[in-house]
Amino acid sequence: MPETIQRDSLIGKRITKLDAPEKAGGKTRYIQDLDVQGQLYGKILRSARVHARIKSIDTAAAKALPGVHAVITAADVPYQRPIGVAKDHFPLKTDRVRSLRDEIAAVAAETEAIAEAALKLIKVEYEDLPVLADPNDSLKPDAPLIHPEPHGATAKHDHLKQAQGIAYRGKPDNIAMTFDYAQGDVAAGERESDVVFEDTFHLHYVTHCCMGVSGIIAEFDPSGNLLMYSNTQVPFLHKREFAEILNMDPARIRIIQPPIGGGFGSKLDIYPFEPITVFLAKATGRPVKLVFTREEEFLASPTRQPVILTLRSGCRKDGTLTFRTVSTLHDNGAYTSWGATTPFVMMQTISSLYRVPHCLYHTKAVYTNNPYAGSFRGYGNLQATFAVEQHMDMMAAAIGMDPLAFRLKNAQDSGEVTPQGMHFKSCGFKECLSTAAEASGFLAKFKANEADKAKPGRFKRGVGMASMLHVGGGAKIYPSDGCGTILKMDDFGSVTLITGASEIGQGSETVLAQLVCEELGVPLSAVRVINNDTEITPWDVGVHASRTTFIAGNSAIGAAKKARGKILDAAAKMAGLDAADLDLRAGHIVEAKNGTVVMTLAKLLRQLHFSDKAELVVTSFYYEPPSKHQDKHFKGDVSAAYAWATQVVEVEVDTDTGIVRLLKVTGAHDVGRILNRLGLEGQIEGGIVMGQGYALTEELMVENGVVRNPGFRDYKLVTAPEIPEMDVRFIETMDGEGPQGAKGVGEAPAICIAAATANAIHNATGVRIMALPFTPEKVYRALKAKDQHH
Amino acid sequence: MSQQTIDFTLNGVPTRVSVPVQMSALEMIRNVTGLTGTKYGCGEGECGACTILLDGVSLNSCLLFAVECDGRQVTTVEGLADDPLGRKIEKAFVDAGAVQCGFCTPGMVMQTRQLLEKNPHPSRCEIQRGIEGNLCRCTGYVKIVDAIEAASKE
Repeated sequence: MPETIQRDSLIGKRITKLDAPEKAGGKTRYIQDLDVQGQLYGKILRSARVHARIKSIDTAAAKALPGVHAVITAADVPYQRPIGVAKDHFPLKTDRVRSLRDEIAAVAAETEAIAEAALKLIKVEYEDLPVLADPNDSLKPDAPLIHPEPHGATAKHDHLKQAQGIAYRGKPDNIAMTFDYAQGDVAAGERESDVVFEDTFHLHYVTHCCMGVSGIIAEFDPSGNLLMYSNTQVPFLHKREFAEILNMDPARIRIIQPPIGGGFGSKLDIYPFEPITVFLAKATGRPVKLVFTREEEFLASPTRQPVILTLRSGCRKDGTLTFRTVSTLHDNGAYTSWGATTPFVMMQTISSLYRVPHCLYHTKAVYTNNPYAGSFRGYGNLQATFAVEQHMDMMAAAIGMDPLAFRLKNAQDSGEVTPQGMHFKSCGFKECLSTAAEASGFLAKFKANEADKAKPGRFKRGVGMASMLHVGGGAKIYPSDGCGTILKMDDFGSVTLITGASEIGQGSETVLAQLVCEELGVPLSAVRVINNDTEITPWDVGVHASRTTFIAGNSAIGAAKKARGKILDAAAKMAGLDAADLDLRAGHIVEAKNGTVVMTLAKLLRQLHFSDKAELVVTSFYYEPPSKHQDKHFKGDVSAAYAWATQVVEVEVDTDTGIVRLLKVTGAHDVGRILNRLGLEGQIEGGIVMGQGYALTEELMVENGVVRNPGFRDYKLVTAPEIPEMDVRFIETMDGEGPQGAKGVGEAPAICIAAATANAIHNATGVRIMALPFTPEKVYRALKAKDQHH
Repeated sequence: MSQQTIDFTLNGVPTRVSVPVQMSALEMIRNVTGLTGTKYGCGEGECGACTILLDGVSLNSCLLFAVECDGRQVTTVEGLADDPLGRKIEKAFVDAGAVQCGFCTPGMVMQTRQLLEKNPHPSRCEIQRGIEGNLCRCTGYVKIVDAIEAASKE
């Protein structure tokens, strides 16, 4: 035993991920790798038509195929209830199909091959209906309606639910959701303006492309309880929702999350395949496993919502912003998932990234027969930032200010409460701007490129900047944004941290373990994290909104502090010292002032186990500081802390081919405080490349409701040789409420890249492109159009 | 569906299986021999999650028929546990922070094993080219390249 131990900290260090060794060795068992004794394999028959009435379904031949245990359609599950944010579709479609992904029937069979063969034997007769493929057409008086009437016979059985959900009552128009927000008086703002711009921006379909495809195993245990092995990001919300859909007692539903092969927001909603697998398990009395093919993943998992955004904004000659008016049209697809609610985040960027006195924001999500949009890293913020940050550059140029000075003049500061009501307790925005600009040599490059623009030459260099504001201290979307922790200590000095917070690869279990180590002075190897079983873990709202480090971190710290208090009190009593003079370091109890070892933690804990004071299980709960939710006009605070970032992008444009290469990204991120530098860098680098894909290469091509490129061959993810050089700087503002001062960061890095790239292309070529992605063809056409003007 | 019996060496172990002739090597490895470290990512040779070594050469096992393994040496990520270079690569991936969700990782590790065998001291650019057939959605590749560089320098 050492005589003295000095205080050491893991905070800010490069800590390797706890689960990395098993993942690198190929030992981790994802949903695809799990099998349950006696399981059958599920497959779903999807619509062959974009919009049609289902006239008949003949499953007789499929049912007769040897090895098939069940073939089900909506008629076989009269108990099914509608799913989704607006309860606007049944898992198995009843009277009509409204998009190509629509689920018509499902099979459970002894092998996947038999299930697939059975699907081919199901005969469906359709009566085609007019297809609504363009959201601009959705509001026209003669537009086909997507949900004109209640969804078929199933609805008639459920009198109680008549009032709730579009599936039960239909919708006389194609408007899925609207948001309206106003502050100040935009007309007055416009009168004060010296410069006004109005432009329409087009944001496209992209999808998550998690490397692990979607999957689930559902089974009923001997007492009839439902057990699901699921990739969900929101296990506790799903428990409640599954109970509703299946008309079950939520206490009889258990969700276990095997390690998840990528999330990014794709697993925040219940999708039809999940209840359908439960129906199959119910119909067969056997466990059923259903795993997507990659093609199915492209066709039937959510997308980022395409948006048509018209932005009108103005400023004075001195560079003061005056007003913003925004109207957006969101292509909701055939059903409503979280995509429709992203205006909630978009309006924060529009009203509060910069100081804007007057704002007006109208948005409509409209039904079409296209794939339906879910939540995706950034949650609307990529789209809003794309428009806002291009206008910032345009206004700066119009009044003869440089883009950096213009932004600095309007940037938020610590302590500010915006007209929308967001309170920026810690705010490193101006430092992000100046750090990213200085590190990249932004101003000199910006001016040099401007000067070179008109000179002859095939390759043009450009530099562009964009900034972002995003929730970084939880998000008040649900009635509670909380997370619970149970912390156990055993008599060997090991700690088990049982948290509601899910790990989706982002490294939450490692950060949470670090925070516990910090309080309890134990090595990382002494901490086990249990985070994937609703029967064991305490409640958590889910892994979304960059909230886990902040909310679950504070919850874990709360539990660790309680345990620390108990340990020190007991040690003080045992050693005849004062608890305030003791500290926990490297698995020992020491005197705080000089580090003199009093005893090992393990010894103390063993002694406690043999006494009657052995309550070495503590619980804690964190809910971001009690504050009001936004009012019905969207005024009020939405998070306990906000994350800020500026990214500077350098591009090279080949003016002969339209190819844009991302050369370098310099990012400055206000992260509150660095907890795990390795994990943090990984989040930022991954986000930058995801943003690069959004800006340059990725597009889910949807023509007349048909996805044309459901595979990695034609849906182009960024590959290793294409990534830019990256220089990432961290701004530590030490947020007062954050765990050890940290703020959320998961979504931030993906948000600015497209906007900054647009500004960089303009700096390089003088061409401003307001539609994504910047494919060679689009850039080439824009360059040629400009040439023809001259 | 006709079956065929094949003999091959799987991670050093003599193995005999009977497989349908149209079965992919990926399906055989995962479902017949029960080794799940080799991942299904796309089934069409675009993502590299199913990368294995066949007689020491890396390839996408989803594009290979199981029967083509007959008489050959098959190495999967599980087989690297007995391979000093493989263990070094895995450790480098852990230390560099090259693993997030981890789903692409076994394929990346296998591709790296082949890359470093052919070119023990690659430049960063050669590393990036060397893994261009392997997709990763989480990391942005930076730390994967760091890991491979570190493994090549030890």
